[in-house]
Amino acid sequence: MELNAFALATQVVVLIVALGALHQPLGAYLAKTFTSHKHLAFERVLYKLSGVEPRADQHWKVYLRSLLAFSVVSIVVLFAFQLLQGVLPFNQGNGTVDPWVAMNTAVSFVTNTNWQTYAPETTLGFGVQMLGLAVQNFLSAAVGLAVVVALIRGLVRAETSNLGNFWVDVTRGALRVLLPISIIGAVVLIITGVIQNWGGTDIHTLVTGAQQTVPGGPVASQEVIKLLGTNGGGYFNANSAHPFENPNAISNLFEVFLILLIPFSLPAMYGRMVGDKRQGYTLLSVMAAFWIISTALMGWALAAFAGTGTSVGEGIEQRFGANGTALFATATTLTSTGAVNAAHDSLPPLGGGLALVNMMLGEIAPGGVGSGLYGLMVLSVVAVFIGGLMVGRTPEMLGKKVGAGQMKLVAVYILVTPTLVLLGTAITVSIPALAAAAPAEGQHGFSEILYAFTSAANNNGSAFGGITSSGPGLATMLALAMFIGRFLPIALVLALAGSFAKQRKIPNTAGTLATHGPLFAVLLGGIVLILTALTYFPALTLGPAAEGLLK
Amino acid sequence: MNLTTLRAALPLAVRKINPRLMIHSPVMFTVLIGSIVCTAVSVQQLLLGSSNAVFSIVVTLWLWLTVLFGNLAEAIAEGRGKAQADSLRSARSQVMARRRNAVLVPAGQSAGTPERYEEEMVAGTELAVGDIVIVVAGELIPSDGDVIEGLASVDESAITGESAPVIRESGGDRSSVTGGTMVLSDRIVVRITAASGKTFLDRMIALVEGATRQKTPNEIALNVLLASLTIVFVVGIMTLAPMAAFANALPSPVVLVALVVCLIPTTIGALVPAIGIAGMDRLIQRNVLATSGRAVETAGDVTTLLLDKTGTITYGNRRAVAFIAANGVSEAELIEAARLSSLADETPEGRSIVELAQEGANGPSGPGGLSATEALRADVEIVEFSAVTRMSGLNLPVGHPANPGITVREVRKGAGSAVERYASERGGVLPADVRQAVEGISGTGGTPLLVASYEGKRAQILGVIHLADVVKPGMKERFAELRAMGIKTIMITGDNKITAAAIAAEAGVDDFVAEATPEDKLAVIKAEQESGRLVAMTGDGTNDAPALAAADVGVAMNSGTSAAKEAANMVDLDSDPTKLIDIVGIGKQLLITRGSLTTFSVANDVAKYFAIVPALFAATFPGLGLLNIMGLSSPQNAILSAVIFNALIIVVLVPLALRGVKYRAVSAASALSRNLLVYGLGGMIAPFIGIKAIDLVLSLLPTIG
Repeated sequence: MELNAFALATQVVVLIVALGALHQPLGAYLAKTFTSHKHLAFERVLYKLSGVEPRADQHWKVYLRSLLAFSVVSIVVLFAFQLLQGVLPFNQGNGTVDPWVAMNTAVSFVTNTNWQTYAPETTLGFGVQMLGLAVQNFLSAAVGLAVVVALIRGLVRAETSNLGNFWVDVTRGALRVLLPISIIGAVVLIITGVIQNWGGTDIHTLVTGAQQTVPGGPVASQEVIKLLGTNGGGYFNANSAHPFENPNAISNLFEVFLILLIPFSLPAMYGRMVGDKRQGYTLLSVMAAFWIISTALMGWALAAFAGTGTSVGEGIEQRFGANGTALFATATTLTSTGAVNAAHDSLPPLGGGLALVNMMLGEIAPGGVGSGLYGLMVLSVVAVFIGGLMVGRTPEMLGKKVGAGQMKLVAVYILVTPTLVLLGTAITVSIPALAAAAPAEGQHGFSEILYAFTSAANNNGSAFGGITSSGPGLATMLALAMFIGRFLPIALVLALAGSFAKQRKIPNTAGTLATHGPLFAVLLGGIVLILTALTYFPALTLGPAAEGLLK
Repeated sequence: MNLTTLRAALPLAVRKINPRLMIHSPVMFTVLIGSIVCTAVSVQQLLLGSSNAVFSIVVTLWLWLTVLFGNLAEAIAEGRGKAQADSLRSARSQVMARRRNAVLVPAGQSAGTPERYEEEMVAGTELAVGDIVIVVAGELIPSDGDVIEGLASVDESAITGESAPVIRESGGDRSSVTGGTMVLSDRIVVRITAASGKTFLDRMIALVEGATRQKTPNEIALNVLLASLTIVFVVGIMTLAPMAAFANALPSPVVLVALVVCLIPTTIGALVPAIGIAGMDRLIQRNVLATSGRAVETAGDVTTLLLDKTGTITYGNRRAVAFIAANGVSEAELIEAARLSSLADETPEGRSIVELAQEGANGPSGPGGLSATEALRADVEIVEFSAVTRMSGLNLPVGHPANPGITVREVRKGAGSAVERYASERGGVLPADVRQAVEGISGTGGTPLLVASYEGKRAQILGVIHLADVVKPGMKERFAELRAMGIKTIMITGDNKITAAAIAAEAGVDDFVAEATPEDKLAVIKAEQESGRLVAMTGDGTNDAPALAAADVGVAMNSGTSAAKEAANMVDLDSDPTKLIDIVGIGKQLLITRGSLTTFSVANDVAKYFAIVPALFAATFPGLGLLNIMGLSSPQNAILSAVIFNALIIVVLVPLALRGVKYRAVSAASALSRNLLVYGLGGMIAPFIGIKAIDLVLSLLPTIG
């Protein structure tokens, strides 16, 4: 398949223009949403009904406890919902979900991963899809927003350990941010041709006499939050490669836009909340640089592969072509989305490797809703630490000292994801029964396993689809990777926020390392590359590099 | 660093290969474990006669060398301190003390009678705090203390290295004496303030030896990061084994250990202790003692410097800076009179007037050219300054070379009002232009002195001497540098506002506090700290002690009181308050060295990946040979080259760690861009060149294994 470089560049430019126009207004709206003291009428009703005291300012530990309790309860509810599907209404004839699959799916959707170890069309009815999964698509994204807002508050506040109110932050994130944009987005998706009906699965008899099964359902409303909340769990098994989810090039471009919209607007929110827009622009430029470079490389990988003439385009949706695929595959792996418009398993080895690297960067360019920015901010702390020493000062992040206490939290944060990915992969390849779940030949099987754990631990959700993860072994290990990969970093981020909030603010002087400007951006970019991606270098050589580098 | 120091440090470095010592450095401890594993594997391979045995042994050898080099850096740094400590220790040699014991007053005698004492010779080590000892000329002072009676000149060279004796006397700010220093003249009675083993000298020895070295906050934070990087790579490589086995490409454990050792930040891990010790050492070399490494580090963070005007910013004494003659009076005439009036004046102000006069226009030919002995003939009457007259000068008898007249000539200089009264009593007036000059000088913060001459008829006011506090040369530039580094300077002075403002403007400090009391200093420190700034200050008096204790970095002058020294966290043996600025620089340099070498160490990894990873798997996946961008000769040579580079780079960087990265007083932005370029980009490129070069050498050797 030929790559139309001009088409790719045009689409990137369209995205840059659209996101460039919207990121400041949306950032301003986000900042206002999370700093306002006013509660809307229906929010007050909600707080009253649930017994939440919205004015309570929570200590970081209370904030974390609320978040964990909320998430664990969500997992249990979603798990039970699937087990009881058979006796609940709106099941479209689908019965009880296999408990391993249900457990994996519950964890997957609550952790914003949306790893799908099931085929939705034949497993879940409207009920679970709309009242279970879609609800979590909103809530898990709102949790991500809450965490990054709490971290920013930690930097802004002084001499307190309180980070705000988790319940209020989640409510506002879901109702004031995600819901209104979703409604607009769903309408646009419907206009581009995405279906929205209550028809269920129709069976048509074709003229030839063959029977064709045509699924229906409320797709557009599910689709929009799948992308906007960087969730990625498709209504259909084929995800955004399915014509009812993503009918044409326009819808494809709009879906990529939805994926990138909030993550790319969060730096603007950050800049406003800390009272220095340059801070936001610097992080934004690091994110954007990685995104543009990675998109270009993905285009190159697809084009270069086309030249080899081997199994051209198998698994790649012809409607979107190489450029539509490169754009989507890059955006979905650089964020924690994991929606796909092509089978990543079929990407050329170096393209698949690039998708892996995108996730291994820690999904920070621009990353998941909330998680992308807090991930990049934690890496900024490392950059501040090393840079601060290089200018001869105890490092400070926006006036807050980065000492041993902060470095301990950051150090563990850096360790979590690589450990989960590498340990999970190593255990799986060591146990033949587990390794057999990835039946592909040679090193591609290894890549499938590595991809599964990279996707799970980074809460991405995309897969090299050749792997079967519904069995108890992989379902459990991946669920663990998703759970720990989501909540341990969150706990560390909130602890970090608490330790920043407690400090007194140190005034800026000419001797302070500036955390804005091109110099810091270069330092941060270098740290991101060396600290995250390089860790996986040996594993990558055994997977995509061994497959893709041929002499 | 030369061969001698290397050889001296080697035994210590070997002794330091001890798991219990090395566990404090997670990075080097990992290398030690790796070396042990490789040794075991090598022995096993040797016993089995494996063809890889030679290669394994060579790699193992270099791993042990890495461990040794890491310890060597620390040993060299400590060795430097040892030499200094030994010379100090000689001053602590067994001293006998003459202890004065009060004798109980026998019953019946009135309590008012003076106490009686007896003397007892005891070993210096037996002295307790509060004991009173007598020290006479030629004796060593047994321990730290305060002089409570008498005055003596003391040789403190054992501690300060300064050979000129200093005066120590009871009361006032020069009462503290240090154990191990020698009384040269007279007799003093000293109250001991430090128990044996806790004296200044003891602390100093412990300090230079590094015995009490504790990790500083930044060092701990850095070690946390290094530990995290170590764990990441250990996890990465340990999990690589099953992954490689899955691909039927399991490398030997020796190769995997080599990869771990190359990737974990050994360079910085090995050099961190040496950098810390060397930072302290640089301070000691400048005759500053810090009570802890933490204080040195804090110095680098200081954002506000509290500087005493007197002695730090200015010379401390008002000096004559100009002569302004009255209308109708020649400048030479004024200068001559001013000089005469000051010849007998031994105050610094008086001397400065004489000095300025001699620099002036009147050469030896003029009457002002009279030598001091000629001018101060025996028959000259010297009029000393007194608080009542507030003037000083000379009465020159008839016939004196500077008195052409026929009556006694009086020359006077003094405060404006006093001289004006003197003149008006003798029929003189204060000319309007002189009055203007006086006001002008006062307005700029200077001190005007009037000069008058009286030859029997009418006193004449000849002009004004401008006395001013003179800012030390180069201060303005240093303050500008400090400002560029983001450090605010606040001048503290007892002068009035006008004088203080004038000096502040001239020196270029950011702020000043005039008419300051010691309490004001404390208030300024508290206020600065409230706003999140870190404050450094110097002080010497007992009343400075609270402020010294409150400051984040308090530097006491060695000439100061023991209360000040006790409260401070650094003592400057040279008693040079300007050194505060250097101390800040040393603190910064310490952090910069750590940061830069960390960057270098981490950046090195890129090249090492490209050396080792293709070598690991190129046999199974020939395509990975494309990653061998350095074109290394063989997989085994590639691995060995990386390991050798990794070991040698430690040794290469030891001098830099000890000397410290070059430090310039520039803003954070320019410091960062420079260090990022040198140590970041340099660190990325250097190993490519180094590893390739080592590989070239290895490829010339007969093939290993």
